[in-house]
Amino acid sequence: MAITYTSGEQVEVYRFSIPATVLIPLTAVFLQAWLPLRFPFFSIFDLPLLVTIGFATARRSPLAGLLTGGLIGILQDALTHQPIGLYGISKTVVGFGASSLGIKLDVENAGARFLLTIFFYVVHEVVYFMIARGLIGLRMAWSWPHEFLSCVANALLGVLIFMLLDRVKQRT
Amino acid sequence: METVLGRYRNLIVLVGVLFAQVLGLAVQVKRTTDSEPTRLIRIWAVGTVTPLERALVWAQTSSRNVWHNYFYLRGVRAENRSLKQQIERMSLEQVRMSQDADQARRLQALLAFKEQFISGTMAAQVIGSSGSELSRSVYIDKGERDGIKPDMAVITADGIVGKVLRVYGPTSLVLLINDQTSGVGALLDKTRLQGILRGTPSGEVVLEKVMSDETVPAGEMVLTSGGDGIFPKGLLVGRVTKVSPGSELFLNIRVRPAADLSRLEEVLVVTKIDERQAEPDQTGAARAVDILAERLPTVPSKPENTEKGDAPGTAAPGTVAPTTTGSDVKPKAAPPEASAGSGAPAARKTANSSSSSGTGSGTSSGTGATATGNPAMKVSPKPVKAPVQPKPQPAVQDSPH
Repeated sequence: MAITYTSGEQVEVYRFSIPATVLIPLTAVFLQAWLPLRFPFFSIFDLPLLVTIGFATARRSPLAGLLTGGLIGILQDALTHQPIGLYGISKTVVGFGASSLGIKLDVENAGARFLLTIFFYVVHEVVYFMIARGLIGLRMAWSWPHEFLSCVANALLGVLIFMLLDRVKQRT
Repeated sequence: METVLGRYRNLIVLVGVLFAQVLGLAVQVKRTTDSEPTRLIRIWAVGTVTPLERALVWAQTSSRNVWHNYFYLRGVRAENRSLKQQIERMSLEQVRMSQDADQARRLQALLAFKEQFISGTMAAQVIGSSGSELSRSVYIDKGERDGIKPDMAVITADGIVGKVLRVYGPTSLVLLINDQTSGVGALLDKTRLQGILRGTPSGEVVLEKVMSDETVPAGEMVLTSGGDGIFPKGLLVGRVTKVSPGSELFLNIRVRPAADLSRLEEVLVVTKIDERQAEPDQTGAARAVDILAERLPTVPSKPENTEKGDAPGTAAPGTVAPTTTGSDVKPKAAPPEASAGSGAPAARKTANSSSSSGTGSGTSSGTGATATGNPAMKVSPKPVKAPVQPKPQPAVQDSPH
């Protein structure tokens, strides 16, 4: 559970192979679109967000983080009927933030990952809410119980997904 | 300068990427029109994701079909029996309703009323969703190649589902009625109050623009009004679940959709809607006249009948017809079973001889029609109207049954 500050030299930087870089986000977006049809409760999860955080914290490169987040978000936007950029902007911010924080903190243990996911889930929702309401003019309903439940559920799933990502990441 | 750029490189890139996306959003919001072409990025994304979904749905459906059609047949016999009973009940109801419908058509024709008919539908399978709670939409496995066009209505047997929003080659995006950007013209079944059906951010459906001084009971059915130009009038939308005072002068009416929008599998896309003026159904009257004509005795040519006239009651047409169609002679000549078309030899022979005379099967339609299920006889027993009846036919009126 301990979140410890680390120096730049202590931080491990990982990379992902090209197939993993392409296929994992695609699979996440695909499952996000397909699973809620069969299991409606699954719509509270945001798999692309979890993959964005997972990639960003492992690579620890803000540039790679923001670009990965942006691309995943735009892909997610393209499947909706809303303007492209809502998820794109939110996930760009999350990708940048997660990778920047990954440099400063040790995010290798499950507790740290749990808290990190909660934090960035809230950031993602706030940014999304502001853009959707401020720029697009969508009617948005902010429900604290729903957000809290989603937050915890995503954080739990995030811990599992990060463990899976640990298996495919490669040390540089 | 170089050091500043190098030091804040990440931040500068972040601001640049965000700025580009915000700019893109602003452009999209400003240019959003119905005629806007689909963006290439959407085509790529849909083209990447939907083939996987389609394959997965196909595999799932195939395995389910194999299981249900070949292995899991428990209870089919009982289900079949209950369905047959249901069909019988519904047949009786249909007779009653067809009479009401005829009457309604006649009245509509008097008023030069134009009706909308769904004359073409296409079954489609739901293969995926948008994956976002703020975009309640699904993808179906039919697209431009199959003749799907934007703004076509999408329904299920239970009720309406939504409308086609975007069309790609092999798939289409369907906007559900519980999305907050959707709007459907709707009316309440009994009170006939009209309103606009909208989705809420939380995925519920509400009926808006109904004045607060109106009384709307919970449980009332909500139907499409046809005012939106997408859904034909009279399709079931759902039922009112809760009514409360809303903002301003309107009621807040919550509606539970009849179709289960969270578990959609198969839908029907309405590909063609015809609008035509209602016409009174002429078939009932025509049938009655036909039946009456068939019951009337004919004047067949003599030689033919004299040759055939060896059986009792069929010797001469003039005597045959009254005998077989229920004259006062008939009950004596033929047993009751024969007149009901049960297959007594004499009666059968008589029927054959009558039909061969070119006047139609006098016996079979006149007496055996009910037994054989002729719809003309079932649906229009009353049309045996006095003006059409010829005078010298007391035997026709005095039907054996």
